[in-house]
Amino acid sequence: MRNPLSERIVGVPFSGIRKFFDIAAEMDDVISLGVGEPDFDTPWHIRDEGIYSLEKGKTAYTSNAGLKELKAEIGKYLERRFQVSYDYDTEMMITVGGSEAIDIAMRAMLDPGDEVLVPQPSYVSYMPCAVLANGKPVAINLKEENEFRLTAQELEDAITPKTKLLVLPFPNNPTGAVMEREDLEAIAEVVEKYDLFVLSDEIYAELTYLEGKSHVTIASLPGMRERTVLINGFSKAYAMTGWRLGYACAPKVILEQMLKIHQYAIMCAPTTSQYAAVEAVRNGDADVAGMREEYNGRRRYLMHRFGEMGLKCFEPFGAFYAFPCIQEFGMTSEEFATRMLQEEKVVVVPGTAFGDCGEGFLRISYAYSLDSLKEALDRLESFIQKLRC
Amino acid sequence: MREKILTFIEKNSRVDLKELAIMLGVDEAAVANEMAAMEKEHVICGYHTLIDWEKTSIEKVNALIEVRVTPQRGRGFDSIAERVYNYPEVNAVYLISGGYDLLVTLEGKTLREVAQFVSDKLSPLESVLSTKTNFILKKYKDHGTVIAKPQEDERMLVS
Repeated sequence: MRNPLSERIVGVPFSGIRKFFDIAAEMDDVISLGVGEPDFDTPWHIRDEGIYSLEKGKTAYTSNAGLKELKAEIGKYLERRFQVSYDYDTEMMITVGGSEAIDIAMRAMLDPGDEVLVPQPSYVSYMPCAVLANGKPVAINLKEENEFRLTAQELEDAITPKTKLLVLPFPNNPTGAVMEREDLEAIAEVVEKYDLFVLSDEIYAELTYLEGKSHVTIASLPGMRERTVLINGFSKAYAMTGWRLGYACAPKVILEQMLKIHQYAIMCAPTTSQYAAVEAVRNGDADVAGMREEYNGRRRYLMHRFGEMGLKCFEPFGAFYAFPCIQEFGMTSEEFATRMLQEEKVVVVPGTAFGDCGEGFLRISYAYSLDSLKEALDRLESFIQKLRC
Repeated sequence: MREKILTFIEKNSRVDLKELAIMLGVDEAAVANEMAAMEKEHVICGYHTLIDWEKTSIEKVNALIEVRVTPQRGRGFDSIAERVYNYPEVNAVYLISGGYDLLVTLEGKTLREVAQFVSDKLSPLESVLSTKTNFILKKYKDHGTVIAKPQEDERMLVS
């Protein structure tokens, strides 16, 4: 029999997150700091609208790009929250999570050999999606001393004549890093100078904790809107991960090609989820604010505990992750995480799951109740003390 | 800061002051002072425990009593409300808009005890015109908390 598989696909590694899950799932009484999704349930009024749409028999396909009503509401939301405006008819589409948007944006924009710059540590799907789209992913190793922000210099150093697209994954999973307006302005300058495009994954846009400063989208900077594919979604802000709903905004010329792929591969995002999302984006601001406040409290608690146990960690101002440094223990991230799982039954994700430069770090999620967080941190503390003895 | 403290302790009054201060990003002494001030001003009126008595061996009967009353000249409903809430078995008294005036919640050991309270103490009050007693059969949710059972974390361990 012939090899049934594509070499290109076989060459793509499985997610490092997944690998760790398989080990942890075999064990009992494990306490996890490993999840990448909110601990809240979707607010009831949003679920209720989903249920109501089912009762009314709203069970057919929607148009490929998504419900007009939902897109119109998202348009208003983006203006209200991030001062950026899109024509919902020609510049916006609803996708199956932010993940689909990442995939189809790359496929719509890349030709074989085009280089995609991926700042790392970052979410696991950018590199594989670039490969699937025939592009060539190139990692930019972000540094802790810069609080894992992308600097203009790092960007410029990575650019070659083949560079076409920059992935901008902020607020960042796994580091919790954010990019502020000045940071983005410097990046925008380089992007324009070298005629690049930006895939800005802003799925954590609502979860930032800098006093008095909310998230800034690069699309809102002068000259950047026509170079940017803005990706966002409902999973993190509204605790709607299982609904699988995201969206992409881009200039018409890019968006219509993305829509073509979506048309053939997906048809349309889940109808029930779209109806629920209308309610989320229309009446969910207060829910988001409440959850943000909760995360922020836990974030402060986490940083305080790290301080007490002498674990080095830059202060993260976004998403719901912290990225402490464990280099002092002379182990790889994977060794550390594996031993902590075996000895203390606490799951964390090794930094290397998010790129080679994550070596020496752990991703710790604070999407947990304070009680669980406390218990897990107590165990982490005793593990560290044991190592230091 | 007040609102933030209240929002937090409304759901968890047992939180450690130091932890609360850390989470709010403020000084521990500032939180303690604010709490003390709110206790003094009776913004914080008490710290209670939400108990599901059904899971214990102690029998309790709860009733919601709708009471129609004649308000008193010059004092409105306040004096009759006070007469009612002074009974220790009365849990809560609310002035209500709509078909009746006072909603009284009552906790007794037995049905008879509740019935006796209504017939011997509440109904004979001069300004009480009528009462309607509703017994609580089951508590599903109280003080914003679902009574039935704590929810399990159903998320995958790692994602």
